[in-house]
Amino acid sequence: MPRKNTIVLLIILALFAFAISALVYPLWGREAMRLGLDLQGGIHMVYLADFSDIEPGKETEAIDGAVAVIERRINILGVTEPVIQKQGADRILVELPGISETERAKRLIGQTALLEFRELVISEGDEEEWIPATATVNGQEKELNSSYFKENTYVTTGDFGEVLLLFEWNSEGSQLSGEITGRLIGEPLGIFLSGEPLLGDDGEPIAPIVRSRITDRGQIEGLSLNEATELSELLNAGRIPLPLTPIYDQTVSPILGADFIEMSIKAGIIGIILVMLFMIAYYRLSGVLACLALLFYGTLVLALFKLIPVTLTLAGLGGFILSIGMAVDANVLIFERMKEEIRTGRTLGAGIEAGFNRAWTAIRDSNVTTIIVCIILIWVGNTVVGGATVMGFAVTLLIGVLASMFTAIVVTRTLLRLFVGTRLSRKTSLFSVSVGKSDV
Amino acid sequence: MFDIIGKRFQFFLISGIVILIGIISLLTVGLKPGIEFSSGSLLTVDFEQDVEQSQLKQELADLGYPNVIIQHTGAGDFLIRTPELSSDAKAQLEEGLEARFGSLTEPEFSSVSPMIATETVRTAFIAVAVAAVGILLYVTWAFRRMPRPFHYGTCAIIALIHDAAVALGVFSILGGILNWQVNLMFITGILAVIGYSVNNTVVIFDRIRENLRMDMSVNFEVVVNNSLVETLGRSINTSLTTLIVVLALLFFVGVSIQNLVAVLIIGIIAGTFSSVCIAPSLLVVWDRGEWGRFVRWLPIAAVKARK
Repeated sequence: MPRKNTIVLLIILALFAFAISALVYPLWGREAMRLGLDLQGGIHMVYLADFSDIEPGKETEAIDGAVAVIERRINILGVTEPVIQKQGADRILVELPGISETERAKRLIGQTALLEFRELVISEGDEEEWIPATATVNGQEKELNSSYFKENTYVTTGDFGEVLLLFEWNSEGSQLSGEITGRLIGEPLGIFLSGEPLLGDDGEPIAPIVRSRITDRGQIEGLSLNEATELSELLNAGRIPLPLTPIYDQTVSPILGADFIEMSIKAGIIGIILVMLFMIAYYRLSGVLACLALLFYGTLVLALFKLIPVTLTLAGLGGFILSIGMAVDANVLIFERMKEEIRTGRTLGAGIEAGFNRAWTAIRDSNVTTIIVCIILIWVGNTVVGGATVMGFAVTLLIGVLASMFTAIVVTRTLLRLFVGTRLSRKTSLFSVSVGKSDV
Repeated sequence: MFDIIGKRFQFFLISGIVILIGIISLLTVGLKPGIEFSSGSLLTVDFEQDVEQSQLKQELADLGYPNVIIQHTGAGDFLIRTPELSSDAKAQLEEGLEARFGSLTEPEFSSVSPMIATETVRTAFIAVAVAAVGILLYVTWAFRRMPRPFHYGTCAIIALIHDAAVALGVFSILGGILNWQVNLMFITGILAVIGYSVNNTVVIFDRIRENLRMDMSVNFEVVVNNSLVETLGRSINTSLTTLIVVLALLFFVGVSIQNLVAVLIIGIIAGTFSSVCIAPSLLVVWDRGEWGRFVRWLPIAAVKARK
């Protein structure tokens, strides 16, 4: 037995060393813990697509197009690990972890980015009104807008330092533009972005007077450099082919996330220390061994989080901290059992073996219920929009419960066996069995 | 030697009273569903200067949001629950608040549409139902070699419903006082409590199984009580270590997972009580055919309690 125990001990120590190095150094390409949205800040949005203007049968094509356009727009922002996914038939999930310019990001994703050109007419009530400028091309009346732009717009400064957004018409746009500008020489041409007048740097709507017939290319003057650049990038990224409405929005600032991590670490450390003090006070030397097992447990679980990798959320850290409290449960079960066995007159060695063997069914049976609940919660986290918190809690608790069974059964037992046959083992009071003083 | 089983009717009375108060609170105050279940927007707002909750409520009403729920979470920090806000409406709301109370930061914002909320409610119901059925089946299976496995399963489930009922009731009272709302974390907490509660009960039942196997002739009531007392140290110590870490979470992590933590604390206490005092007692009541006596005894106890 002792020889086998030494081998197990060596394996445990090797595993411990591996877990520590996995936490400290990058391994298998995992540089750091993967943090959830609530811990590193960012955006989690779900958009619902409106197919009412889409030809039947073309829905999938349209929504796939929208996903592609959103991807290109997100690239403008330079987010490191964005998630842009179609969910079901009519939803798009957008996750931008770690982003701080949340409002800008939402503006970039949300808008259709359609520039329309409108002409001014006098309506019946003698009021001026902008209506879409149209012309007939190939027998069809069409509105002039940025869907006829080539995707090569760019921003430059003119001779007097003014900011210019330059664009080129494609062939159909060229015909349309030629017709319309030819008709509107001397008249203003209003520019509208997503249905609203495009405002210049001076806050006034941009509506240049048409000076000559425009067929190939044009320019928009009056925007600030930043606005012009953003608009140009949006136009080049393409137009989202159908309206998207946000149906779920979760936005967290990165600063808040940093606070949460600090608070969770504090809670975790204080929780562990208190549990350890309790265990040592109550179970003495066995308690010290349980604390060693707990340290091993914590390191192993954190290493698993990093290697699997588990996306850590605040609730997930909560689940981990909760699992620390529950991890000692298996130890408590075993120690209580050992106490009883030793009290009936067994030696320490016999007490340990009997304690572990008899406690095993209770450990197994009682943990199964928590495992059932965790699996159900993982399903909930997967099904529900915004279920990341539930998922985080369930996954960390599940890993915690499984690892705690392993550490209690293997690690604590191996450590306890080290004392069998030594002089210490005769002092059973060290293992919290006080002769004469009975709890029962 | 503790005689827990002998005092079983006192324990039933204690639980009955707590659950009754909870039910009254549930019927009168009720549970306020959070945005995840009833749609809407939730803003976390930190004002640089100190702002009174009443002033904030007034200002929000002036801005066109008379029915907001406000929770004060720290000096100048508030959680504001409004109907679903569009991005324009949100910008206007923020401008209005800044104009009145000075600069603010908004560390967190979430918004849920009715469509998502409906789906979430459905999923939550399915989850709770599946969890209950799964645990009933499991407990029945785990005690299949016992004389009456169904008794054990049913008693464990009653203890579980007891814990969920206590947690719901106490949460309803807390929610009424502190403006807490039921969100997904609450449901997660309830399910964790359910798992935890059965965990404790199973350990005690497991000991009963073992002791019965050793000697079937002994009086059932005595065996149950002995098993309880033998496992009492474990029941209390495990609950204590778990409570320690959950309390650490409560004090250091605070608002964002307060629902989860609050439900866990209530549930751990209720779960320990029900595992030790209720579930094994029910086994004995059932074994001795005391249901009739129990039912007859209830009105008397109620009268006593009223006096």
